[in-house]
Amino acid sequence: MSEHPDRLWRNPEPRSGYDVVIVGGGGHGLATAYYLAANHGIRRVAVLEKGWLAGGNMARNTTIIRSNYLWDESAAIYEHALKLWEGLSAELDYDILFSQRGVLNLAHTLQDVREGTRRVNANRLNGVDAQWLDPDEVRKFCPIVNTSPDVRYPVLGATLQPRAGIAKHDHVAWAFARKADELGVDLVQGCEVTGFLKDGNKVVGVETNLGPIGAGRVGLAAAGHSSVLASLAGVRLPVQSHPLQALVSELLEPVHPCVVMSNHVHVYVSQAHKGELVMGAGIDPYNSYAQRGSVHVIEQQMAAALELFPIFARAHVLRTWGGIVDVTPDASPIIGPTPVDNLFVNCGWGTGGFKATPASGWTYAHTLATGKAHPLNAPFALERFTTGALIDEHGAAAVAH
Amino acid sequence: MLLIPCPWCGDRDETEFHYGGQAGVPYPERPAELSDEDWGEYLFVRDNPKGPFAERWSHAAGCRRWFSIVRDTATHEIVR
Ligand SMILES: Cc1cc2nc3c(=O)[nH]c(=O)nc-3n(C[C@H](O)[C@H](O)[C@H](O)COP(=O)(O)OP(=O)(O)OC[C@H]3O[C@@H](n4cnc5c(N)ncnc54)[C@H](O)[C@@H]3O)c2cc1C
Ligand SMILES: [Zn+2]
Repeated sequence: MSEHPDRLWRNPEPRSGYDVVIVGGGGHGLATAYYLAANHGIRRVAVLEKGWLAGGNMARNTTIIRSNYLWDESAAIYEHALKLWEGLSAELDYDILFSQRGVLNLAHTLQDVREGTRRVNANRLNGVDAQWLDPDEVRKFCPIVNTSPDVRYPVLGATLQPRAGIAKHDHVAWAFARKADELGVDLVQGCEVTGFLKDGNKVVGVETNLGPIGAGRVGLAAAGHSSVLASLAGVRLPVQSHPLQALVSELLEPVHPCVVMSNHVHVYVSQAHKGELVMGAGIDPYNSYAQRGSVHVIEQQMAAALELFPIFARAHVLRTWGGIVDVTPDASPIIGPTPVDNLFVNCGWGTGGFKATPASGWTYAHTLATGKAHPLNAPFALERFTTGALIDEHGAAAVAH
Repeated sequence: MLLIPCPWCGDRDETEFHYGGQAGVPYPERPAELSDEDWGEYLFVRDNPKGPFAERWSHAAGCRRWFSIVRDTATHEIVR
């Protein structure tokens, strides 16, 4: 593991007002604050976080980074993120342990094979690296995957994105936080936004447990709680909040060389830098804010993992947990203005927003600085639920949401 | 795992059920007169409260009937 820098960030009291107030100190809020200062020179910025910095989904995700999405709009924003990830340790002067070990998306049915090969072609047309592997090539790339034809759902092939991988989520958050702080951004922890200050249809600040704070513009980046917050400003968002669970094993010697995802038997597995096997699957079906899900979801994902990796049979589960993710009807994020003036929203990343962190921050900062969409986030505006120009990534994104 | 009260079969494990989202969302009375905004709202926007939520479940692996319950989304307690 790399060394931590000796200084992280100040712990300031909030000022009476800022040019931009960002609600939510997860990866997206912190990246947005950093790019507001670094790309747009806006430094009277506060990030308000009700708990501790990056203690929400940023601390709970399985850190998979890839850009092999089907639709052009998604490929563009996630590939922009991947390019930023490739330079992020140097830019932020902090090793985020970005490991481009490759991501395999397994195919177990004829339909999976067709979807996968189609996605490889779509990715290549969009300049995203992608390959189709047959079962033998899968076994060569990841020798611990069970490619026997004698299982219920044999591996019929896989897509491979070699540039995809994982990063150390805490380091990512701390790196953005440290640089944003250095540029003058106030990162205020233990500060819960409880309401909005409005002048007609315009937001002019927020109410918090530490008192009112004025704001030229307010940007929500509160992941699973965005609709709760937005409703305080009278905005209804097309998102539903669901638990998403993950688990880790005890520490093991390096055995797992890449990231493996399977939609059909539904599990995804990688090995963390320290050695834990990190596993996740799909959301629990019901709406929830309880930061936990049901145990049968964990059982199913472990059964799937065992079928794919018989070698894991004796590994012990160390810890399971849940985060609250916000899912939109088309499984794509919402980044842009709301019907309330000066109130902007960044939400709906569902199960897959960690990989987008730098691009989410980059485009949201542009929107908060200029009041307008960046070309990369323009298609992800709230209006698409009225115009019908949906970006339907359910399944197409290579993961069932 | 949730223990869900089917009105016909009694308390059963969550694994027997299928989730149907918010309860009591009526089909528009005059669909032909709806604006694009209203259609968008009807199709895509549902309540998402942190607290009591009236929702639909189907006892898919049991009597196969649909029913509504009120469940607290912050605690998972079934209120009614
Ligand atoms: C188990 C799990 C596995 C996942 N795996 C992956 C993966 O492998 N790859 C991937 O790309 N994505 C993954 N994700 C999704 C990813 O974590 C999220 O999409 C992403 O973290 C969301 O953005 P964020 O980091 O800003 O959210 P968060 O870190 O949740 O930040 C939101 C913050 O807002 C704060 N907040 C909320 N309400 C208020 C308020 N009223 N006032 C002040 N602050 C408030 C919260 O405390 C929180 O810190 C996973 C998520 C989970 C839960
Ligand atoms: Zn029943």
